[in-house]
Amino acid sequence: MIPAQFEYHAPAEVEDAVDLLVELDDAKVMSGGQSLLPMMKLRLASPAHIIDLRHIPGLDAIEERDGFLRIGALVTETQLEESAAVAERYPILLDTARVIADPLVRNRATVCGNIAHGDPANDHPATMLALRARVVATGPDGERTIDIDDFFHGLFMTALGEDEILTEIQVPVPPAGSGGAYVKLERKVGDYAVAGVAVQLTLDGEGKVTQAGVGLTNLGFAPIRATAAEETLLGADFVPAGGLRGAIERVRDAITKAPGADEVIAAAAQAAADMTEPVEDRRGSVEYKRNMARVLTARAIRQALARAGAGG
Amino acid sequence: METFPVRVTVNGEAHEAEVEPRMLLVHLIRDELRLTGTHIGCDTTHCGACTVLLDGKPTKSCTVLAVQADGADIGTVEGLAGADGMHALQEGFWEKHGLQCGFCTPGMLMTGAALLEANPNPSEAEIREAISGNLCRCTGYVNIVKAVQYAADKMGAAAAETANAATDGEDS
Repeated sequence: MIPAQFEYHAPAEVEDAVDLLVELDDAKVMSGGQSLLPMMKLRLASPAHIIDLRHIPGLDAIEERDGFLRIGALVTETQLEESAAVAERYPILLDTARVIADPLVRNRATVCGNIAHGDPANDHPATMLALRARVVATGPDGERTIDIDDFFHGLFMTALGEDEILTEIQVPVPPAGSGGAYVKLERKVGDYAVAGVAVQLTLDGEGKVTQAGVGLTNLGFAPIRATAAEETLLGADFVPAGGLRGAIERVRDAITKAPGADEVIAAAAQAAADMTEPVEDRRGSVEYKRNMARVLTARAIRQALARAGAGG
Repeated sequence: METFPVRVTVNGEAHEAEVEPRMLLVHLIRDELRLTGTHIGCDTTHCGACTVLLDGKPTKSCTVLAVQADGADIGTVEGLAGADGMHALQEGFWEKHGLQCGFCTPGMLMTGAALLEANPNPSEAEIREAISGNLCRCTGYVNIVKAVQYAADKMGAAAAETANAATDGEDS
């Protein structure tokens, strides 16, 4: 299959790319092209112009600076998987990258593209919701920052303007005592999630939850931030006074034995499931998906707690 | 329709072509350069039959525009064998019956080659993870995993021999 005809542009600067977006009708921005090109081949999308970002310098960097992990528009999933900073302080991002598509696709697919595409079946949106990330959009008037909470408007709809490019994702550097996890149920490698859950938690020195983020994948027409689950987790006390540091298995045991922990986790998991609006398809019924949301939320919470307790 | 010049190095040889923007890399390789070892399978980014090395990274060439490969170093299955015969991976697929119909094999070989380049001694789990974007409907993957292990062992033994020879050389 071959895409419909289009004109190809490969600007050398972000400003030039924005100018092209302003000038041209029916233009699409391409980074890795791993979602857009298949859609073009299937003629689900037939843009008149493609604006390829690949020649723009400086967009392929991933770095921690001024309190944020900054992921540029051309950073691939593979780069995320190979980043030492990500492995050390953002295990939830590593979890997410590893279950996106397959290793070959991840060599080209970009993190920012995964978000800009606005597909609720994509995995990074839930994780970015849990991490309270920010999106940098560059347009004719320069850059603006969009809270991730305001970014996803619905199926393939985002807050990006027609003449704006998503140039960077900014993830706040997690405070000490943070941990997160992304858990995805998929039928086979490369499939979209039956359900996916991202949980990011921060515990204070006494084991009380001071920050909680919960995001859900493919359980509605937009990525869902499960605020009810977050509220259930906030203030909950998981680790015995004095804190607990050690091997991840030991911490996980201690957490599951903390008084009331099972009840809080179950309540949060149910609260997340209650916020879902899945549709029945080949991946399962509404009831099944909602129940999987509950099960996966509980698993993600336990994993996030274990990582938070183990210092990352 | 405007065309674009594309310069690529394929298996060490420089090539130039004028392409429409919508031409896919796999068509450049198969139809223009006549290297038909790279297969088109699903054509929807699932099966990996079209896998080539794009600047060393295994990539589904049905999901890359030829213009995006301008300036790239590309490796295809035709470049695997050397002057001294089959690549250890090709030998592994032969010895371990890593194929039946053979349609997925070029992609499997390129993914396997990239894996062994990055990780000369992969575990079974690492091999399975690496080839998880390459579908085989014949073998059930068991013999493909064995074939990659065969190649890893053979290449490891060859590397050890070279190292030993170098050490012997220093001793004498």
